[in-house]
Amino acid sequence: MLDNFIMGGNADDLKDGDSFMERHIIDSTGFIELITFLEQSFGIRIEDEEMIPENLDSLNSIEQFISHKLKAVATAANK
Amino acid sequence: MLLHQFFEASVERHPEKVALICEGRRHTYGEINYLATRLAGALQHLGVERGDRVAVFMDNALEAVVAIYAALKAGAAIMPINALTKRDKLTYILNDARPACLLTHQALADVWREALAHNKSVRACLIAGESSTPAVSGSRRLSLADALALGGHHEKPLTIDQDLAGIIYTSGSTGDPKGVMLTHLNMVTAATSVSTYLGLKPDDVILCVLPLAFDYGLYQVLMGFKTGATVVLEKSFAFPVKVLETMVGERVTVFPGVPTIFSLLMNIKTLPDYDLSALRMITNTAAALSEQHILSLRELFPWATLFSMYGLTECKRVTYLPPEQLDVRPTSVGKGMPNEEVWLVDEHGNRLPNGSTGELVIRGSHVMRGYWEKPRETAERLKPGPHSGEMVLYSGDIFRTDEEGYLYFVARKDDIIKTRGEKVSPREVENVLYSLEGVLEAAVVGVPDPVLGQAIKAFVTMQPGYRYSERDVIKYCLSRLENFMAPKYVVVVDALPKTDTGKIKKTGLR
Repeated sequence: MLDNFIMGGNADDLKDGDSFMERHIIDSTGFIELITFLEQSFGIRIEDEEMIPENLDSLNSIEQFISHKLKAVATAANK
Repeated sequence: MLLHQFFEASVERHPEKVALICEGRRHTYGEINYLATRLAGALQHLGVERGDRVAVFMDNALEAVVAIYAALKAGAAIMPINALTKRDKLTYILNDARPACLLTHQALADVWREALAHNKSVRACLIAGESSTPAVSGSRRLSLADALALGGHHEKPLTIDQDLAGIIYTSGSTGDPKGVMLTHLNMVTAATSVSTYLGLKPDDVILCVLPLAFDYGLYQVLMGFKTGATVVLEKSFAFPVKVLETMVGERVTVFPGVPTIFSLLMNIKTLPDYDLSALRMITNTAAALSEQHILSLRELFPWATLFSMYGLTECKRVTYLPPEQLDVRPTSVGKGMPNEEVWLVDEHGNRLPNGSTGELVIRGSHVMRGYWEKPRETAERLKPGPHSGEMVLYSGDIFRTDEEGYLYFVARKDDIIKTRGEKVSPREVENVLYSLEGVLEAAVVGVPDPVLGQAIKAFVTMQPGYRYSERDVIKYCLSRLENFMAPKYVVVVDALPKTDTGKIKKTGLR
């Protein structure tokens, strides 16, 4: 999934918990593109206050964040 | 006056005052001075001498700030290098300027390990974020913590203001980056002029989200410490909401940015929820703000003063628009700053009257010494001035003046692209494209982009039998170029337009 956003070069041995920022895998404008990509791929809306490293700065945090968002969407749909 | 003496004077005045806030930690003037002096002693112990270069390949962090002042205190010139730099380019820069020492982060090891393998000049590589390095005889590597332990004795070097304080690399139209040589006098002059017209005050809290490898970022620290203010250093603007929280919490008064940062900021719908009432000044340079941006910024922060400015690494800053002129001539970048003279010339070097269009020429003590070991490129920029024996800087930028002499940017003389406030040489990108197997021809141009200013677009033709997707080509570029230099768009075409002499013709490529 993240193949589209890996900024090349330094990503050879990226681990699931590695910070994109620290490893310089994604930079400022890259995150904007990543957010757009996640919104389109999963049909979710990411709010301004959700655009934080805790949600987006590693493969693990993205996985958790997206599954949390999808659950919220499913719960809302079941109501 | 030497560049670091401003800082040392502030240390004398208030050692207990907070100088730097970084990753939530507060560091006083006294603490930073202690660390910098100790590291300077360590650099000397490791053989760094007056006139040497010290490369700082780091993210925005306490260690980077300490490294900068340590290098200056050891009599060396600092070479700040963007942490986004990839292996080949770092190798080029290290072999070009031949620094005696490299200061870097463990997280960047993939890049510097490779570069060091092809470099002979670096005698010591000091690594932040590595707890301790086992002593291997003959190894050049040392953790920053271990290095600090060596710094018990610091000897003040005999530096004078004609010595180099910095070498900052900038994109050159030939494709090879050029090292801009700046003396202590150059940098002291620029820092003094800029902080004077901005009116920086000791109680200011200055936000720095720009990389310290970019002179606009570096000078936030240099000028903040000169004024005795507090600098809030952020790694980047990747998570604007986080930065906003910090701005609120620290009651930031000065916000330096580039148009891309202000675009990201204005896209945040919850922006009015953040209490930014302490903000008294917003500064913009690197690329011009659009009239729409200026309007929106003033609507969002009516209590803050907005400075539109223009500069180039070769002399740091050239002009600023006095804020009261913003309503009269919003698209102007103003006039020359204090202790500097600027004018426009025609293609023969003749001075032009107000109301003309021509190349901007700059005269002042802030004008660089030249490009490191590049006499030909230096001669294109530094030319004899009106007074005998004096050199002035030809900016390569075309401006027009209005009747009162205010300046308006028109275009670059060469084809350098300005994206996200950074200068990008199309040749440098094309060189990388040509290194991709199967690429026959490449042409790189800048296309208008609402967020980036200009986006980089590449046109390539392929040898028969090769096929790449747009993303393949972009990824290849990203592995070799700083992220902002990689094309945003790649179009594979059957043929590129040519001139009569067979050269690729870029006019019309969009």
